[in-house]
Amino acid sequence: MSHDANLDAASAGRGRRAALDWLLHSPLALPLVGLIVVSVLMGFASDNFFTVDNILNVLRQVSVVGILAVGMTFVILTGGIDLSVGAVMALAGTMAAGIMVNMGLPGGIGLLTALLVGLGLGLFNGFMVAWGKMPSIIVTLATMGIARGLGLIYSGGYPISGLPGWVSWFGVGRVGIIPVPVIIMLVIYAVAWVVLQRTPFGRHVYAIGGNETAARLSGVRTRSVKLAVFAISGVTAALASVVLTGRLMSGQPNAGVGFELDAIAAVVLGGTAIAGGRGLILGTLIGAVLLGILNNGLNLVGINPYMQDVIKGLIILLAIYIGREWR
Amino acid sequence: MLEMKDIRKSFGRIEVLHGVDLQVNAGEVHALLGENGAGKSTLMKIVSGIIQPSSGTIIVDGSERHFANYDEAIAAGIGIVFQEFSLIPYLNAVENMFLAREMKTSLGLLDRKAMRQRAAAILRKLEVDLPLDVPVARLSVAEQQFVEIAKALSLDARILVLDEPTATLTPVEVEHLFKVMRELRAAGVAIVFISHHLEEIFEICDRITVLRDGEQVGSCTVAETDIDQLVEMMVGRRIENSFPPKPAADPGANVVLEVEEVQLRRGGPVSSFQLRAGEILGFAGLVGSGRTETVLSILGAYPAARCKVRVDGVEKRLRDPADGLAHGIGLLPESRKEQGLVTEFSILQNVSLNNYGKYRQGHWFIDFKKELACTEDAMSQVRVKAQGPRARVDTLSGGNQQKVVIARWLNHDMQILIFDEPTRGIDVGAKAEIYQLMRDFTARGYAIIMISSELPEVIGMSDRVCVFRSGGIVATVQGSAINSEEIMTHATTGRVQHVA
Repeated sequence: MSHDANLDAASAGRGRRAALDWLLHSPLALPLVGLIVVSVLMGFASDNFFTVDNILNVLRQVSVVGILAVGMTFVILTGGIDLSVGAVMALAGTMAAGIMVNMGLPGGIGLLTALLVGLGLGLFNGFMVAWGKMPSIIVTLATMGIARGLGLIYSGGYPISGLPGWVSWFGVGRVGIIPVPVIIMLVIYAVAWVVLQRTPFGRHVYAIGGNETAARLSGVRTRSVKLAVFAISGVTAALASVVLTGRLMSGQPNAGVGFELDAIAAVVLGGTAIAGGRGLILGTLIGAVLLGILNNGLNLVGINPYMQDVIKGLIILLAIYIGREWR
Repeated sequence: MLEMKDIRKSFGRIEVLHGVDLQVNAGEVHALLGENGAGKSTLMKIVSGIIQPSSGTIIVDGSERHFANYDEAIAAGIGIVFQEFSLIPYLNAVENMFLAREMKTSLGLLDRKAMRQRAAAILRKLEVDLPLDVPVARLSVAEQQFVEIAKALSLDARILVLDEPTATLTPVEVEHLFKVMRELRAAGVAIVFISHHLEEIFEICDRITVLRDGEQVGSCTVAETDIDQLVEMMVGRRIENSFPPKPAADPGANVVLEVEEVQLRRGGPVSSFQLRAGEILGFAGLVGSGRTETVLSILGAYPAARCKVRVDGVEKRLRDPADGLAHGIGLLPESRKEQGLVTEFSILQNVSLNNYGKYRQGHWFIDFKKELACTEDAMSQVRVKAQGPRARVDTLSGGNQQKVVIARWLNHDMQILIFDEPTRGIDVGAKAEIYQLMRDFTARGYAIIMISSELPEVIGMSDRVCVFRSGGIVATVQGSAINSEEIMTHATTGRVQHVA
């Protein structure tokens, strides 16, 4: 009997040590700690924070940036960056709305349009980076301008409204009590997790961020992998546009300005190395939620919106500073 | 001049230096020998103040010193030229030499004339002639090294540490370096010289200190010892004849790779060669003679002006190393850290990097069980010494890292392996193992191209040797013609065939 108790104690000790080990070495540890600290602070600051409604509300609010951040994670893991996602999202949403409203084509075609716009611009980015051998920050900066401009030209600068009612389901619908955008986001994260952790492609993404030359010389088709990560980022931008369009019930060429920066912030807050090679998709989800809680919480507490930006910036700096040496 | 007594250093609970003494006199070249991981670099980092010893004393010019950082060591007259250079590639030699202590005119602007004169004076004293106006990235490795040495001298270094300075130099450049070292020695500079090339020790050094596993095995003068004894001191066991025997040539063996023509640059020389199954074809030549570029061109990783290749008699156009993999040609690159390994990955992930075709589950997914089994199999084939397949590769010694890179190619249906400097930075014991592995591979039918800047290695391993000079092959030798005189003559004076 006492023998068993000893065994239990020993295995519990091992379990504790394993947990501690995990906490010290996982790239998720710091984002998680950050998430808990910020949540607890917000809980103290506002009685409404820890309500189911508010938590679902936070998740719904982060869904667009959260979806963008999935593609961004792929790109950043290879050591690149995609500044075009906000503009691509706006163009995809605007064109999808235009096709449905102005041309009267069915909704399926509208959705397809959004996806094709995202995929096309993503492939364009990837091609320019992988085969054109240009730095991704410049290529996607250019694409950002091009996509934004095309959206404004296509729409004449005005939002395209008059969408069929079902479109709103993507933005504000619910399954039970769970908002549809949250479900869409979580499904995308689950798929991304499987792709990154369980497929050779995922391993190649990490390898390119870790050492592109070594990956290439060992026979990894690095250019194809780079093309693919930008294509994925374009597709997640298109998926984000579906949610956004559903919420706004219009295609807005000016939507999503600066969202690329929020997506990058989510990825980095989630513990992914900006130079690539290290990071987890789950971290990005935590990072996105963390950003959302900050937005939501600072609103609940009633802090001046201008001040909120300052606070968010400082928190991002602090997080990166602490995470610097965390391996 | 420099005396270190009972130096100990611990990282955490692990002691890596167990009481080492080192005494270097003025006007002496002192060799510091030891396998990788013996503690040479740690000791030199302590001398230069980069890390602090746990205990022990450092005496410079008779007075005890404590260096809190590199700058204090420099101020005490210690200069160190690291294996990896610390030059800024886009700045020229003068700007590099005076980095962070630029001379200024009375207006506070850079006094470029004065700096240039001072730099030229130092280089003249070394009898080194190199262009001062081009970015150092465009200088040869040897020239960059001279810039480093000149920089140390411009800081009045009287104790100079050279950490494997000859590792990437050609024999001619090594001679030049030795000439410079002799001049410095004559001028009373104390030099600590680290090298894996034992022949060099006997050529240039006066005394030797050998480290093994953080312990000082012994110190002696060069006259008192010989290569065999040094090797034994370093590895603790006698290694005889580290090159495995060459099998008899098989003239009927298939030509697995025929390079009909390769021209690296437009207007440059055009080369051709054949590679047969079961042979080791050595690529000899000076650094920069185009050996690496030639193999990269074949694999489609270097934009050659022309490249026509037949694999198994069929003309192939390889556009990417991935095509090479598909056709059974694998490369083990020159620099393991920069080109061979993803250092943040485990052994497992590094080995399986190009192996996923072998273990898929439901087409799209990795079969983790099979991945582990295949990796363990490959690791045992090349005898990687590590805690396990999940150990990070940056925790391994150079020899074991090289074995990981080799293991990557074993689960493929490869027929050609290209080893680029297979034993650079690898200690004596691991070298012999790598050589044996290469012979095991050829016995199994692989054909090997071995690029090497170490003549003994080229001579000891190759069945045939292509000698490169100025971007092309100038001669192919075999049998008894594989000797240092023959190869060096071609490498330094051979004529390349120019085609417009």
